[in-house]
Amino acid sequence: MSLRVSELKVYYRTLKGEVRALDGLSFGLADGEILGLVGESGCGKSTLGKSLIRLDGRMRHAGGTVVLDGEELPIADDRRMNDYRFHQVSLIPQYAMSALNPTRKIRRMVTELLRSRGVTLDTAELESRMSQVGLPREVLDRYPIELSGGMKQRMVMVVSTLLDPSLLIADEVTSALDVSTQKAVARALLGFRDSGYVKSMIFVTHDLALTHHIADTIMVMYAGRLAEKAPADVIVKAPRHPYTRLLLDSLPEVGVRHTDRRLTGIAGSPPSLLDPPAGCRFRDRCPIAGEECAEDPPVAEVAAGHYVACWKA
Amino acid sequence: MRRYFGRKLLIYGLTFFVAVTVNWMIPRFMPGDPVASMVARANITQPAAVEAMRRYYSGLFGFDQPLWQQYLNFWAALFRGDFGLSIWLFPHPVSTVIGGAVPYTLALIVPSVLLSWVVGNRLGAYAARRKLLDNTVLPVGYVLTAMPYMWLAVLLAWALGVLAGVFPVAGGYSFSMRPNWSWTFLLDLLHHWTLPFLSLFLVALGGWAIGMRNMIIYELESDYSNYLAALGAPARLIRKYAFRNAVLPQITGLALQLGVLVAGALVTEIVFAYPGLGSLILKAIQNKDFFLLQGAFLFIVIGVLIANFIIDIVYVVVDPRTRAGMAGARA
Repeated sequence: MSLRVSELKVYYRTLKGEVRALDGLSFGLADGEILGLVGESGCGKSTLGKSLIRLDGRMRHAGGTVVLDGEELPIADDRRMNDYRFHQVSLIPQYAMSALNPTRKIRRMVTELLRSRGVTLDTAELESRMSQVGLPREVLDRYPIELSGGMKQRMVMVVSTLLDPSLLIADEVTSALDVSTQKAVARALLGFRDSGYVKSMIFVTHDLALTHHIADTIMVMYAGRLAEKAPADVIVKAPRHPYTRLLLDSLPEVGVRHTDRRLTGIAGSPPSLLDPPAGCRFRDRCPIAGEECAEDPPVAEVAAGHYVACWKA
Repeated sequence: MRRYFGRKLLIYGLTFFVAVTVNWMIPRFMPGDPVASMVARANITQPAAVEAMRRYYSGLFGFDQPLWQQYLNFWAALFRGDFGLSIWLFPHPVSTVIGGAVPYTLALIVPSVLLSWVVGNRLGAYAARRKLLDNTVLPVGYVLTAMPYMWLAVLLAWALGVLAGVFPVAGGYSFSMRPNWSWTFLLDLLHHWTLPFLSLFLVALGGWAIGMRNMIIYELESDYSNYLAALGAPARLIRKYAFRNAVLPQITGLALQLGVLVAGALVTEIVFAYPGLGSLILKAIQNKDFFLLQGAFLFIVIGVLIANFIIDIVYVVVDPRTRAGMAGARA
C-alpha cells in the first residue's frame, strides 16, 4: 500500500468559525494506482490535494494520519514536511499556467529550484522527459511568457515529476484546457506513471468523463467525506451511492437524444461545512433518503474494492 | 529593439522641444521688466543716460527684436552652448553660473535618490515578512512620505542644527573657508551636505519602503511562489524571486518620481541656503534674471530626461517581458 489516509480532518479557519472541509476521510492508494477524485465544488477534493503536500495558512490539521510508503507524513509541520515535498510528494497545481516565475528563463529556474533541494540538474534526463510530452528542448532557454498555455502546463508537469515522486497530486490540471489538449495531458500523465516517474497519482477533477479514461479507481467525495470509491468501470457502470448516480445522470451523453427528458442536474446544494448537519450529509438532496439516514452512514466495503457510505447501498 | 529605442528617442526629442519652448516662454510672461531693474540699479537720474542704458541693455539681451526672432535666436544660441549673460550676476555668462551650482545639486540628488531607493526597497522587503518590523516600518514610512521636503528640512535644521548644534544649518561650506582640494575643506563640505541629504533621503525612503512592502506581499502570494513552496523550495529562493519581480514596478516608480524628487531637492536647497540650482533659481526669480532661469530649468529638463532614458534602458535589461513586447509585431 503506497498511501494510507486515515480519518483525516482538515479545517479552514474563518471569521465565523471552522469550516470542516475534510471531516474524517479514509482511503488507500496502491503503488501504480491512479485515483480519480471527483465531486462538486467545495466537497473537499482540492483541500485533500493540498493537505497531502502543503497546508496553506488558513488550514488546520485537526486529526487523522497520512502514511506514505510506511512513513507518516508530518502534514501539520510545514518545516519537517519540506523534506518530503518534491522528493516524495509532488504537485501539478491548478494554476499551472502561472506557476513559473515570469522573469527567469526556464532552464535557470529549474536549475535553481533543484539546487535548492540539493539535486544537480540532469539536463539529458530533463530533455528526454520534455520530448516525451512534446516539448522541444529550446523551451528551456525561453521565458514562460514565450510559451503557450498548454506548453507551460506540460513544462510544469515535467518539472513537478523530475525527482520521481512516489505520489503525484494533479489538481484540476485539465480544467482550463480545451478537449483535445485535455486528452494530451491525460495521456502524458498516464505516460509518467507507465515510465515509473511517479508511483501513484491522485487526479483531482470535477470531470467524471475524463477521469474514467485515465483513473484506475474513482473516489467520489461529498461534503468533506467519502461517498463512494470503486474501480473506475464500476463507478461509471454500477454506482451504488445515490449521489454518484445523480452525478452520472447529470452528464450529457454523446449521440444520445432524449426526447422525453431533460438533463436535470442535482437539485439543492451541499450543506454548509461551517456547522454540518448530523447524519448523512447528502440526506437533504437524496431522493431515497429514509429514517436511518439521520445516523451517519459508515463506509462499507460492499464488494472487493468497492466502498460506499450509504445505508441504502 | 532598434525600433523601440528609436520611438523612445523621438518621444524624448519631442519632450525636449516642448520643454525648451515653455522654458523660453515662462520668464517672458513673468511680470516685471529686467532691463528697468538693471537701469534702476545703476542709480542714474539723467533721462538721456537712462535712455541710452536701456537701449544698450535691450540690444545686449536681444529684447529689441520681435518675439519670434528672440525665440529663434534662443534655439541658435542653445546649440552653440550659449545661454546668454546672467542679469543678476552681470556680466558672468549663465553657463559659468550654472556650472558652479550643478555639482552641489548633483551631489545632493544622485546619492539621496539612489540610496533611498535601494535602502527603502530592502527595508520594505524585510518589513513584508517580519510582523514587528512591519508594525514599525509602515507607520513611520507613511509619516515620512507624507512630509513635505522643506518641512522635514526645517525640522532637521532646527533639531540637529540649532538645538543639538551638530550640523551647520546653511551654506555649502563654512564662510571662513575658500574652496580648495584639502581634506579639511572636503570634510567641511560633507558636514554641510549631511542635513540636506538626510531630509531628501528620509522623505523618499518612506515611499519606497511602503511600495516595496506591498509589492513583496503580493509577489509572495502569487502562483509561482506557491508552486515553489509546494515543491519545498527554501524561503530564501522564493524571496529572491519575489524581490526581483517586485523591484520592477519600483523601477517604473523611480522614473515617475524623478521630477518630484528634483523639485524636492530644489526646495530643500533653499531651506539650507545650499549653493545649488534651487537657490540659484530662487535668486534668478527674485532678480528677474531670464537667462539664468532658462539655463537652470533647461539643465533640469535635460537631467530628468537623461535619467528617464537610463531607467528605460535598465528596465529593458531587467524585465524580459518588455523585450518580448519589442520583438512582437505591435503592442
